[in-house]
Amino acid sequence: MDLELRGVSRDFIRPGRSVKALDDINLSIRSGEFVCLVGPSGCGKTTVLHLFAGLDKPTDGLVMADGKAITGTDPGRVLIFQDAALFPWLSVKSNVEFGLKVKKVPREKRDQLVENLLEMVHMQKFAHSWIHELSGGMKQRVALARALAVDPAVLLMDEPFGALDALTRAVLHKELQGLWLKAGNTVVFVTHNVREAVLLGDRIFVMSRAPGKILAEHRIDLPRPRQMEDPGIMELARQVLGTMER
Amino acid sequence: MQRTLFLSGLIGLWFLLGTLKIWPSYIFPTLSGVVASVVRGIERGTLPIAVWGSIRRLLIGYSIALVSGIITGFLMAHVKLLKNTFGLLVLGFQTLPSICWLPLAILWFGLSEKAILFVVVMGAFLSIAQAAEDGIKNTPAVYLQAARNLGSSGARLYRTVILPSAMPTLATGMKLGWSFAWRSLMAGELIYSIPGLGYMLMMGRELNDMNQVVAVILVIIFLGLTTDKLVFSLLERSVRSRWGTLAR
Repeated sequence: MDLELRGVSRDFIRPGRSVKALDDINLSIRSGEFVCLVGPSGCGKTTVLHLFAGLDKPTDGLVMADGKAITGTDPGRVLIFQDAALFPWLSVKSNVEFGLKVKKVPREKRDQLVENLLEMVHMQKFAHSWIHELSGGMKQRVALARALAVDPAVLLMDEPFGALDALTRAVLHKELQGLWLKAGNTVVFVTHNVREAVLLGDRIFVMSRAPGKILAEHRIDLPRPRQMEDPGIMELARQVLGTMER
Repeated sequence: MQRTLFLSGLIGLWFLLGTLKIWPSYIFPTLSGVVASVVRGIERGTLPIAVWGSIRRLLIGYSIALVSGIITGFLMAHVKLLKNTFGLLVLGFQTLPSICWLPLAILWFGLSEKAILFVVVMGAFLSIAQAAEDGIKNTPAVYLQAARNLGSSGARLYRTVILPSAMPTLATGMKLGWSFAWRSLMAGELIYSIPGLGYMLMMGRELNDMNQVVAVILVIIFLGLTTDKLVFSLLERSVRSRWGTLAR
């Protein structure tokens, strides 16, 4: 699915003042691309994701998917939240099959799909655990499985690995790349970690502090799958950092 | 282990004080006297009738309060007009001890069981309605967003997200409502003579039978503990096992 922001602005009205989160953003993402958004905290990266997810509407401009304006949420564009946002009253398995139940997928097929997904994210042993029993990394894995269950054309990820330790992050980077290379969906990945962005993305958009504008665009042509120790990564990360605000 | 020792010690002390006959029998109930009273009550059938009378009233009253409370809470959460009008009443009446409804109830329903039931319902209704409304209104936005994102909406969203999310708050309200209902029932039965534990308690006083008074008190305590263990502890534990410490 192609995604586009055309002349998009987003103002938030607060009592007594108005905050411009995004200022005339133009952004074009091709189907199947892995795009990263980097920028300082509060620059509107999350707002961009919410616009693409259909959870938010722009004050100005157009938010489009495949050339048509986005009018609301759709399981074709799934957002993975910063803290996973798993449902605590459901088990891991029930969380993952949530979207499948909405689609009224019959139980046998559902069970099979969920089993495959849990295996893909290495959580099959925890199918019947409760969410509060999981660590941060495990929760993000389940969130990923829940999102992939509905086979979305677009995966929107909001700093999903931000709260995790370096080791867990490295593992998840590897898993995410593997999953994406197999599924081929469009990914929009928000992070403030520049090296992570260089590791994962085909293109990187650098955003400014609020009101958010696009400061720079970088192409990352390194071969895949990539690892943090690969030679090109440090140099490219330095380049990207050079275009960011201090 | 500690509990058993403590209880045995307490019972032993009770027995000892009884045999020493320090106080007259209408002030200090002896252990044997109380046990005899309980046995007598069971043999004569007066105790089972009283227990059943009270429990029946409690169950009927609480069920009515539960259903109407949840429905009211739901309506208050969604209909602004209702929240601003009826909701104000709910807030106000929460400060009224539910037993104060008895005079009103008697004027409305006469000296009948209906009056006591009304008091029991009022005891539980307000806590449950408030808890239902709170639980529903305070559904974390992020759960709604995640669910909508995955394609859920309307009645399904309600059934699979909003209601389960409200469960911990509602469970607390249900437990609170139960204890209010229990208290209002006992108060009501003490004031108005109707077959039940409260009545048996008052009878004990009128007959100067301290043993009966204490016997009924122990039965009331026993019933309270049993229902708490059987119903509400189970409910709380099931909520806690799912939610962990996230339960609000």
